[in-house]
Amino acid sequence: MTVRETGHARAASLEFHGVTKRYGRGESAHGAVNDLSFAVPAGAICVLVGPSGCGKTTSLKMVNRLIEPTEGQILLDGVNVMTENVTALRRRIGYVIQQVGLLPHLTVGRNVAIVPSLMGWSKQRQSARTDELLSLVGLDPERYRGRYPVQLSGGERQRVGVARALAADPPLMLMDEPFAAVDPIVRERLQDEFLRLQHELAKTILFVTHDIDEAIKMGDLIAVMEAGGRLAQFGSPDSVLAHPASDFVAQFVGEDRGLKRLSLVTIADLSLEPSAARPGLPTFGPGTKLRDALSVLLAADTSGGVALDDAGKPRGFVTVDAIASALAEGRGTVANP
Amino acid sequence: MDLIAATAQWLADPLNWQGPNGIPSRLMEHVALSGVSLLVAALIALPLGLWIGHTGRFSWWIVSTANAWRALPSFAVIGLLVPFTTVIDPDLGFTLYPTLVAMIVLAGPPILVNAYQGIAGVDGELVEAARAMGMKESQILFGVEIPIALPVLATGLRLAAVQVIATATLGATFGFGGLGRFIILGDANRDNGELFGGVVLVAMLALATLGAFLLLERRLVSTGLTRRAAG
Repeated sequence: MTVRETGHARAASLEFHGVTKRYGRGESAHGAVNDLSFAVPAGAICVLVGPSGCGKTTSLKMVNRLIEPTEGQILLDGVNVMTENVTALRRRIGYVIQQVGLLPHLTVGRNVAIVPSLMGWSKQRQSARTDELLSLVGLDPERYRGRYPVQLSGGERQRVGVARALAADPPLMLMDEPFAAVDPIVRERLQDEFLRLQHELAKTILFVTHDIDEAIKMGDLIAVMEAGGRLAQFGSPDSVLAHPASDFVAQFVGEDRGLKRLSLVTIADLSLEPSAARPGLPTFGPGTKLRDALSVLLAADTSGGVALDDAGKPRGFVTVDAIASALAEGRGTVANP
Repeated sequence: MDLIAATAQWLADPLNWQGPNGIPSRLMEHVALSGVSLLVAALIALPLGLWIGHTGRFSWWIVSTANAWRALPSFAVIGLLVPFTTVIDPDLGFTLYPTLVAMIVLAGPPILVNAYQGIAGVDGELVEAARAMGMKESQILFGVEIPIALPVLATGLRLAAVQVIATATLGATFGFGGLGRFIILGDANRDNGELFGGVVLVAMLALATLGAFLLLERRLVSTGLTRRAAG
């Protein structure tokens, strides 16, 4: 606790224990979230994914107590959030939403500095932090700090939203469909940038989306939720794709879940027969996704290509069969610990 | 043309700009009465409207009552009050008080309704985002809702101010001073120059007030709210 409050701890663990939210009473009571339990280790991105109305946003809002649970506990670094001072709790949790929620009457700089100013930082410290964060999300502070939200594009607003959520260096970030309001090209770029940022920051993140592809891309862990606010499956993206726990999950992740898994595995993950250079055949760097390698092999109409190592030397021979057997291996592992 | 000439002549006559019955002192009476009633009305209606807007409580019946209230004719309100205020103070109860109370009563509803609507109209997602960042309710009201609703709040105050200036003119009928005095006297003395001189002064005061409020709004409302679209 004391460490966290000084703002030096970078990430907190997050646990849901039998969390239930019911609206109404007696006969008319209906559950928005039903007996939800899972644990996210510090520094991981956990994605809550599911169809609309499955209670994923309700679950997210129970963490910072915008909604209070009917039953169960949510622990942040082992401490029940209900026992903490609500405003102090919220100031330690970054919050990003689809509509961004930038205050229209304040400049970009003032928006980013909201939480630091609530926490009573000095003006110099606030503006230094604001400039640091704007640079971090790829916006030139000189150009952007004096602008108003209405003068920004959707993508720029979303970056400011992320910068604002990071302002007081919170150990946990809640992100509710943060990239849903921008067009697909900008969304992809924002996702990539955010993952790169997260690689440095290593925050604990609870991320809500209805888009399974986004969940697979962003998540270290995926919690698939279904109607009635129940947890249908919890695990790594690969295990959810390889071993859907139910028909609902299998249907939700899609018929192409095999292909989706190929986006999670790279050439470097394959164990291959050694190979010499073979002129004329396609070559693949170690970071190439299997999905892209397969696509190249099918389009080039060859039986195989050459995998290169980090030094660019031939490492092995990649065939369509090798890619298929990599998928089969994954299928053998246990999905739900 | 006679009317314009007579009005101009009356306005230009230095005698009309002197003494306790002159234009400056009547103008001051008018402005003072209007200012005091607007202030009292705002002190009552503004906090009430902000509170209803922020909490959403009692909104339906308070706003309905306020809107029905707006339909009351000013003249009737002053007349209705006289029997009550004269009981309290036989002298001022006939002149100052009924007008003052009527002005307060009539200025309240536009202030209240606009305060409520302005605050209630602030995007709920925005308010929730502010709450999620750890703003307290008072910080949300003063740091988010009021600044964003300011154009609507200001419109309510502006409407009330103009209405109050118009109503203050009626006070002259009941023996109170102000610019309405010239209209009453002009009518009684069949002096069209004085009558329309009074009319012109009231109209100019109303326009000047309107202009002052618009200037103030422009200064106070954030440019982030008045600018349009991404540049």
